[in-house]
Amino acid sequence: MVSQNIAIVDYGMGNLRSVQNAIEHLGGKPVIVANPLELTAYGKIILPGVGAFGQAIGCLHRTGLDVALNQCREAGAHILGICLGMQLMCSFSEEDGIHEGLNWFAAQVTRFLPDLGLSIPHMGWNSVDFISEDPILAGLTSGSDAYFVHSYYVHCEDPTDVLASTEYGLRFSSMVRCGNVLGVQFHPEKSQEFGLGIIRNYLEMPC
Amino acid sequence: MLKKRLIAVLILRDGQVVQSVRFKHTNVIHYDAVHAMETFNKWAVDEIVILNVSRDVASREKFAKVIERISCHCFVPLTAGGWITNDAYAQKLLLSGADKLVVNTALADDKQLVCRLALRYGRQCIVASMDMKRDSSGHTKIAVDRGSRLIDVRPEAWACMAVELGAGEILFNSVDHDGARKGYDLESLKKVCEAVTVPVIAFGGVFTWSHLVEGIKAGASAVAVANLFHYTEQSTRKAKTYLADSGVFVRKQGQCLAPMKAK
Repeated sequence: MVSQNIAIVDYGMGNLRSVQNAIEHLGGKPVIVANPLELTAYGKIILPGVGAFGQAIGCLHRTGLDVALNQCREAGAHILGICLGMQLMCSFSEEDGIHEGLNWFAAQVTRFLPDLGLSIPHMGWNSVDFISEDPILAGLTSGSDAYFVHSYYVHCEDPTDVLASTEYGLRFSSMVRCGNVLGVQFHPEKSQEFGLGIIRNYLEMPC
Repeated sequence: MLKKRLIAVLILRDGQVVQSVRFKHTNVIHYDAVHAMETFNKWAVDEIVILNVSRDVASREKFAKVIERISCHCFVPLTAGGWITNDAYAQKLLLSGADKLVVNTALADDKQLVCRLALRYGRQCIVASMDMKRDSSGHTKIAVDRGSRLIDVRPEAWACMAVELGAGEILFNSVDHDGARKGYDLESLKKVCEAVTVPVIAFGGVFTWSHLVEGIKAGASAVAVANLFHYTEQSTRKAKTYLADSGVFVRKQGQCLAPMKAK
């Protein structure tokens, strides 16, 4: 049973349409929500995002969406952060200075070091290696490729939060979970059957 | 491990997919771009680039509509370009569902536009398309405005300038090699790949799968094909299999195909 009660948070950053298209393709009915007062009505909330961390967290503060998201999280809503959305859930980011995040994960966001000789951003298809079992991974194969675009990566202090990792010069957390909060570094909405599988599993989670 | 990408390019003129030969577009391949895209989506293609090559600026609105229709079915990254001459149209393409924007003539005529787009949407969103063209003495120049205007600059210098302006990726093409079935312009491709650290997509001239391997060996992070994919059944899958068998790490239907031969 696919949940119909899904909000995509619109805080002025990133391509909402791709996420919306993927959910609709799977039979869900996503609603773009920019008003924090409306957000608390949803049992499933997707926090997308492409862009700079500082600007994004600033938008969440200014709009009051950060307060609303915290309320939703405490009320037990399943919140899925995608790419920058996952990074915003961490304690802090080193992107252009130090910025505090939502602090749902004891984790820091760090830039890939250019001296590893790899091009930055990390862009393209890379393997997602599962570390623990979770309903979000049901029916999917460890080592499948997903589409990544990012210059900063998440490092979790608590290894039990890490669902999957990916290697690019070093190993970073590509999927995290803490209670009802999930984060994915790659773009599931752009990762063909593997990514759509993750979104389907998310939609099928009981509220 | 990060995989090498296989990219399908759709060349559109007035909303229809056309074949491109030395930047001339006469042969309509698919009536509908959505149909072409659905075919690629089912197969193992890693990314789709869609270019509006119409000579008429009025084609812009129709092209944005095509992007909107295509993006509903597209679950790999979608890159769009052609006639991006202002901020508003760039935003329109992104809102229509494009993930990345291709700029070409703006690199010559409106460098500030490229800077602004990179600042606003991030470098990862900006793909600098550059077209090689040899003059009558065989000297390689950069062609802009749909291949019609030549600029006397070395390809590697042009690529570096594009990256400085904010491009996060280079789409390399050659007017002489386009549709000529002799493979990529490897000489210039190598120079460009060596000059920049951003990923380079090789494009223009693929006729056999071995041309793809040549592009990767020249240093490209991704290899792109247009015409050939339309004429071969299961073509993207065959191309992926050939690349994997040649020792190139590629994604195949969510899994990494282990190379069978040493590189």
